[in-house]
Amino acid sequence: MARIGPEEVRELATLARLQLSEEEVARMTGDLAAILDYVDALRALDTTDVEPMTHAVPFDCPLRADRVAPSLSVEEALANAPRREGSFFEVPRIVPVAGAPEDES
Amino acid sequence: MIDVRGASAVALADGVRAGKWRARDVVDRYLDRIARLDPALGCYLLVDAAGARRQADAVDAAQKAGRDPGPLAGVPLGIKDIFCTRGVETTCASKILRGFVPPYESTATTRLGAAGAVSLGKLNMDEFAMGSSTENSSAGPTRNPWSPAHVPGGSSGGSAAAVAASLCAGATGTDTGGSIRQPAALCGVVGMKPTYGRVSRYGVIAFASSLDHPGPFGRTVEDAAALLEVMAGPDPLDATSIPQPVGAYRQAARAGAAGLAGVRLGVPTEYFQAGMDPEVETSVRAAIDELARAGAKIVPVSLPHTKYAIATYYLICTAEASSNLARFDGVRYGHRTAQARSLDELYAKTRGEGFGAEPKRRIMLGAYVLRAGYYEAYYGKALRARRKIADDFSAAFAGCDAIVTPTSPVPAFKFGERSADPLQMYLADVYTVAPDLAGIPALSQPCGLTRAGLPIGLQTIGPALGEEICFRVAGAFEARTDWHQQLPPDAAP
Repeated sequence: MARIGPEEVRELATLARLQLSEEEVARMTGDLAAILDYVDALRALDTTDVEPMTHAVPFDCPLRADRVAPSLSVEEALANAPRREGSFFEVPRIVPVAGAPEDES
Repeated sequence: MIDVRGASAVALADGVRAGKWRARDVVDRYLDRIARLDPALGCYLLVDAAGARRQADAVDAAQKAGRDPGPLAGVPLGIKDIFCTRGVETTCASKILRGFVPPYESTATTRLGAAGAVSLGKLNMDEFAMGSSTENSSAGPTRNPWSPAHVPGGSSGGSAAAVAASLCAGATGTDTGGSIRQPAALCGVVGMKPTYGRVSRYGVIAFASSLDHPGPFGRTVEDAAALLEVMAGPDPLDATSIPQPVGAYRQAARAGAAGLAGVRLGVPTEYFQAGMDPEVETSVRAAIDELARAGAKIVPVSLPHTKYAIATYYLICTAEASSNLARFDGVRYGHRTAQARSLDELYAKTRGEGFGAEPKRRIMLGAYVLRAGYYEAYYGKALRARRKIADDFSAAFAGCDAIVTPTSPVPAFKFGERSADPLQMYLADVYTVAPDLAGIPALSQPCGLTRAGLPIGLQTIGPALGEEICFRVAGAFEARTDWHQQLPPDAAP
């Protein structure tokens, strides 16, 4: 039973910030439908009153002492930046400037 | 100097520590083998010859000066490219991380280096550890040293193939649904996935955080134990690392030689059903008979929720992956699209260009199952099923000390045989995903060869923090058989 169509795949791709070609959308629609059919088997399992298991071993979130310690320098943190300006990561303009031409960077 | 082909890591370290040979010579022999044999196999994404020689020289200097060069002195290792290595490119075999040079080092590789081990370079894998064949690497596949037409398994296929072909004396891997044990089985080496949190995940690029288990590959059971002893332990940089002291794994591996008197081994009926290759079944049943002759009592056990494991696993791992892979957006590191006029476009194009088909599929499936309205039916349901699967193991361990099963239902398959259908590929993990969901230790070791000459793996599963019983059982099998001494052909002239 195909419960997912190309429209929903496109919508999900937008939400996931993933540009897909039309060919990829078509393939993805078929793949996801087949996988969702397979995982449907879980519906047969009675999980009434079963606590969700979010962690593999019993786990109390440990706290460390709140002390200042060395961390990466600005230069190290920026060393892999595809584009930088001074001590910042550079990205395309987010807020449009009134009257300015569209940023083509 | 010994021939490094088929050499064990602990034997190499013992020789370096005793001054019988130099770490530098050991490293040079492995670098020679890599130069000669790896072009046909494709295990390494990056060979750091200069770095390896520098580390080896430091080990030799320490040994000469009378300082302790460490338990793994001069042991040349291959590092799965999912472990961040300071100053050495780390890509997870993905285009989106091409050129990324980490400014920090993973805890596991830091500890291996401090113990005297030497890193030869970075090993191939399925992109972001998503796959069971290494066909999903953006750099191209790794070939199985036993047969170049066959896959090495995955996702740690480069690690398993490199150890099998003696292109390193041991390797690191990660196991989220079987990514250490399945390639170990398909390449005829030992692979160990410890208890969740036993090895720190700090500096290991995240795929599915509640399921990611770093661990070792070795030629022998004791080699894997020696590597795990160093890699394991609590780490303030990973809040999910567990505080208990690390066990005496090498000692447990050696203790196996004295037999398994008093050990109860469970054999789950659900793991011997339709879909298993008959040669795999014959070898694994023969291995269980051998363990009985070693003194173990074989008892039937039931893991009734096994049939839900794959579905549960793919719902949880894709949900976590879609969240973890959100960080790859072209802003701070890695690939950035050349053409984006807005930030939204920069994200979407960078990710569309940078991710391969499998990460895209998992990001999309994860986004789907986490969507408002579907969350409870898919992700919530899977978290409940996960507990039922984990409870199966707790119940089984009330009546046995360890569980023995096949590692993979089939030996190595051919390139392209499963890659066209993602679901077929997922089903290759049928015997390995449940211990990941339960977070319990499991080890694969070689236990046979098919008539076509492909390795078969035996899996030993222990209770939480039961690494020692896994190593003892595996050590017992290894002491009584010679499958671990079988080597693939040295292909190149």
